[in-house]
Amino acid sequence: MDTVNIVIDGVDIETGADKTILEAALDHGIYIPHLCYHKDLDPVGICRLCMVEIDGRRLDVSCKTPVREGMRVRTETEEITKIRRVAVELLLANHPTDCLSCSGNTKCELQRIASYIGIDDRRMKSLRRKTVTLPIDTSNPYFDYDPNRCVLCGICVRTCADVVGVSNFDFAYRGYDSLISTFMGKPMIESRCVSCGECVARCPVGALRPKAVPQPAREVRTVCPYCGVGCGIWLGVRGETVIASRGDPDNVVNKGRLCVKGRFGHEFINHPDRLTAPLIKKNGNFEKASWDEALDLVAARFAKCKPDEFAALSSAKCTNEDNYIVQKFTRAVMGTNTVDHCARLCHAPSVAGLAQSFGSGAMTNSIGEIRNADCIFAIGTNTTSAHPVIAYEVKEAVRRGAVLIVANPRRIDLCEYAQIVLHHVPGTDVALLMAMMKVIVDEDLQDDRFIEKRCENFEAFFESLERFDLEFAQKTTGVPKELICEAARSYATRKPGMLLYAMGITQHTHGTDNVLATSNIALLTGNVGLPSTGVNPLRGQNNVQGACDLGALPNVYPGYQKVDRPQIHTKFEEAWGTKLSDKPGITHTEIFDAIHDKTVKVLYEVGENPALSEANANHVYAALEKLDFFVVQDIFLTETARYADVVLPAASFAEKDGTFTNTERRVQRVRKAINPVGDSKPDWLITCLIAKRMKKHGFDFDNPSQIMEEIASLTPSYGGITYKRLDDRGLQWPCPNTDSEGTPMLHSEFFATVTGKGKFMPLQYKPSYELPDEEYPLILTTERSLYHFHTATMTRKGGLEVLRKCELVEMNPKDAGTLGLKNGETVRVVSRRGEVNATLLVTDISPVGVVSMTFHFAESPTNVLTSDAIDPVAKIPETKVCAVRVERP
Amino acid sequence: MDSTLKNVFDSFQGKKEELIPILQKVQERYGYLPEDAMLEVSRFARVPESTVYGVATFYAQFRFTPIGENRIMVCRGTACHVKGSVGILEEIERKLGIKEGETTPDGRYSLETVACIGCCSLAPCVMINKKVHANLTPQKVAKLFKKD
Ligand code: SF4
Ligand code: SF4
Ligand code: SF4
Ligand code: FES
Ligand code: FES
Repeated sequence: MDTVNIVIDGVDIETGADKTILEAALDHGIYIPHLCYHKDLDPVGICRLCMVEIDGRRLDVSCKTPVREGMRVRTETEEITKIRRVAVELLLANHPTDCLSCSGNTKCELQRIASYIGIDDRRMKSLRRKTVTLPIDTSNPYFDYDPNRCVLCGICVRTCADVVGVSNFDFAYRGYDSLISTFMGKPMIESRCVSCGECVARCPVGALRPKAVPQPAREVRTVCPYCGVGCGIWLGVRGETVIASRGDPDNVVNKGRLCVKGRFGHEFINHPDRLTAPLIKKNGNFEKASWDEALDLVAARFAKCKPDEFAALSSAKCTNEDNYIVQKFTRAVMGTNTVDHCARLCHAPSVAGLAQSFGSGAMTNSIGEIRNADCIFAIGTNTTSAHPVIAYEVKEAVRRGAVLIVANPRRIDLCEYAQIVLHHVPGTDVALLMAMMKVIVDEDLQDDRFIEKRCENFEAFFESLERFDLEFAQKTTGVPKELICEAARSYATRKPGMLLYAMGITQHTHGTDNVLATSNIALLTGNVGLPSTGVNPLRGQNNVQGACDLGALPNVYPGYQKVDRPQIHTKFEEAWGTKLSDKPGITHTEIFDAIHDKTVKVLYEVGENPALSEANANHVYAALEKLDFFVVQDIFLTETARYADVVLPAASFAEKDGTFTNTERRVQRVRKAINPVGDSKPDWLITCLIAKRMKKHGFDFDNPSQIMEEIASLTPSYGGITYKRLDDRGLQWPCPNTDSEGTPMLHSEFFATVTGKGKFMPLQYKPSYELPDEEYPLILTTERSLYHFHTATMTRKGGLEVLRKCELVEMNPKDAGTLGLKNGETVRVVSRRGEVNATLLVTDISPVGVVSMTFHFAESPTNVLTSDAIDPVAKIPETKVCAVRVERP
Repeated sequence: MDSTLKNVFDSFQGKKEELIPILQKVQERYGYLPEDAMLEVSRFARVPESTVYGVATFYAQFRFTPIGENRIMVCRGTACHVKGSVGILEEIERKLGIKEGETTPDGRYSLETVACIGCCSLAPCVMINKKVHANLTPQKVAKLFKKD
């Protein structure tokens, strides 16, 4: 990096050539008063407090003036002091003076400036204007906006526009009446605000301020427990209670930014509903039990269970170490490979599909590369709701000039930022993508060199393209031909191009084909193996990547090592010192069928809630009733746990050490902030205790760090991972040994396939399993709310519940008109499998013929409706498409 | 989107720079800036809705409520000012429960201020519809609205 030498107040300073004077000064510990500058934002120079004298001649704002070789700067002269004093006095004249009770107090920049410049009390009194006190907006559950304290620095305006991409605020009115306002001055809760709190974190005074005032006594650095982005957080602890969370500015994933769940969604940790003691069901009622009693019972019943009668469901919410122990327990102690987890319901097709085409089923590139892409193709991902901080990056890329192509049946938030929007019919992704590829080939826009050097099976694929002409595509997908062409051309020519997708691609009976279509288009255009390219499945849960990596899957050991491959089988038999089964187990969806058939009789469920998350929920309820013995280990008494014979109270992420692996394969340290609440224990420990009661060896771990040592010794891609190395950073797998710094980008030279080549896959269009008909004329698709997570076990515990209270059936105004239904009324949604009541939301975000619902709300269990038709390869149920009708109850 | 708005948008390209002229045209058609229309303008010109509102409030020419059946114009000219037009305005605001630039919820009155209406010798004055009410005092204001 180029540097320049400048002199500030007689101090020689060497600084980066791209810095401003203010940045150079602050970097070197020299204070210059400033209000409207913030390190994360473009400078605007509106407060004029950072004025300095340059080269003894001119005055200028230091926050906007770049450094120049030999520059001489004075931060204070008589004239500057005068300018600053007038500016500050003007601000203070209208500002409340009850600083001690203002929650901005400890970090208030206005206070700091006032004491730096020195304010004359008498003069201030004479300046004080009798001002109108504007009402404080207290509508948001987490923070307030007090316009009377606002200094009009515009930091919130720029934060909301440039960091979050929401633009909820702007300056309104003028002169003395100027203020920061939402559209129509609406209260926060009715505005577009997504409650991320980014503006609150940056407001230099107490105008935007959190409702919860207490300061933490200590802070612990860890990782957000919600989505797969894996944002770094500092948990604030006071006594034995987690009271706050803030973004970790040193974490490369989020660079200090968070979404509403990461910043405010910690209320569940110390919630009174937490399970604090083991429960045993006696005569249909749960009774509190001691750990000894509960563990003895579980160990005794498990010991009597034959291998094929046992199944375990692990959890994408739990740590890598927890998952490793659950799968080891299932395999080494129970003698079966039937262990799975909810990745089956979200990204099994990514694992299966990308393994075929690229050899590795994970995001090929990293989150940090998104902002440098020239084209972003976001298909089947409502990124703003499900991966909010990644959405910030997508919007940053757009701000930097990238084209954004959004393909989604619904008019999701990202459409507003996109140049090309394709609203295809749910389930027609293969038709859409293949038609785009045909356009690319027809117009000779493919990357021939890449195809020849790095790929195989092009001919077979090329033949299968023939069927996907534009006529067919337009008819099938509902997207106009011209748009398909435009999208194809943009993606093929604006390089580097990064493809992002999520469950809109995977949750189909042809989910694996959809995934293969995304890898085909990336290969065709040479968008793999280079920075800011690739095929990037955005993984849902905080540790769903890790749970897959660590072998909570019925066909593979940790590191995707196949159970039925002899060398692997021997390797693990030797390492674990016991006989193991070489027969792959059955999957999540199949387990419930097996329970119905009475082949599986005992279920060990760690931190999952299939009663709400599995498709065709009635089938699941019936299965859970049929079990001989059912153990649930969780932090709350979930809808699923109610069916259990024994419930074991687990510690939450804030109460244990471990690691999570985020969606970009980054293994990060999770740290214990408080002791386990009540009598709860970390999941890995509970499983180990069961194993030990069953007199089994290989579960004598004192701490998760030792578990990671065993993981590293058996899992090539985690070979170089140790807690010591993870202390101050995350490492992206493959990280084969302790010399490796990890792998931010996959397939840069070779693909991970056997041949080392990327494999094109010929594809056919297959319609969704259940299409609308006369009786069930609408398509139901499922989605996520920003404010909740999965079955909402953790998010329905406080303010998030205020931000989104209940299930909504989103329906286009045209359909609502035809059916004579009104916004806000309770409707009944009926499918072939069941019916659910929920509130109707009439919105043109939903296309004609399609309704959508989340599955967060136990009182409206959407998955009672969804279809359990599965993808033949990945065994994922088709939760994105089923046929329903909507009626007045 | 209704056809009035479509007509307005037809003469523009949907660019950021056109925001003010678009808002002017919208106000010309509706007599004010309806909330839904501003949302459509935001989408059409690709300008955040908060910015549309910010710009619209910056300029005194825009109003956010329809003009009422009875249009009250309080004179703010020098003569009226000297004779206490501020007190008159405040009294009307109190009486009707609306601020300058607004319309009563029942749509009967809208309140605005104007520059000299040319009756300085009778200051302070208020014009209601076409009729000038002169030599007002806050007490007399009460009578103006007595009928309801
Ligand atoms: S609310 Fe805070 S951040 Fe926003 S302009 Fe006012 S002082 Fe600045
Ligand atoms: S909380 Fe987030 S979305 Fe809401 S106004 Fe602040 S920055 Fe914008
Ligand atoms: S984006 Fe995901 S990881 Fe980041 S704060 Fe939000 S929920 Fe947590
Ligand atoms: S900090 Fe430079 S002008 Fe405000
Ligand atoms: S100043 Fe009021 S009428 Fe002229």
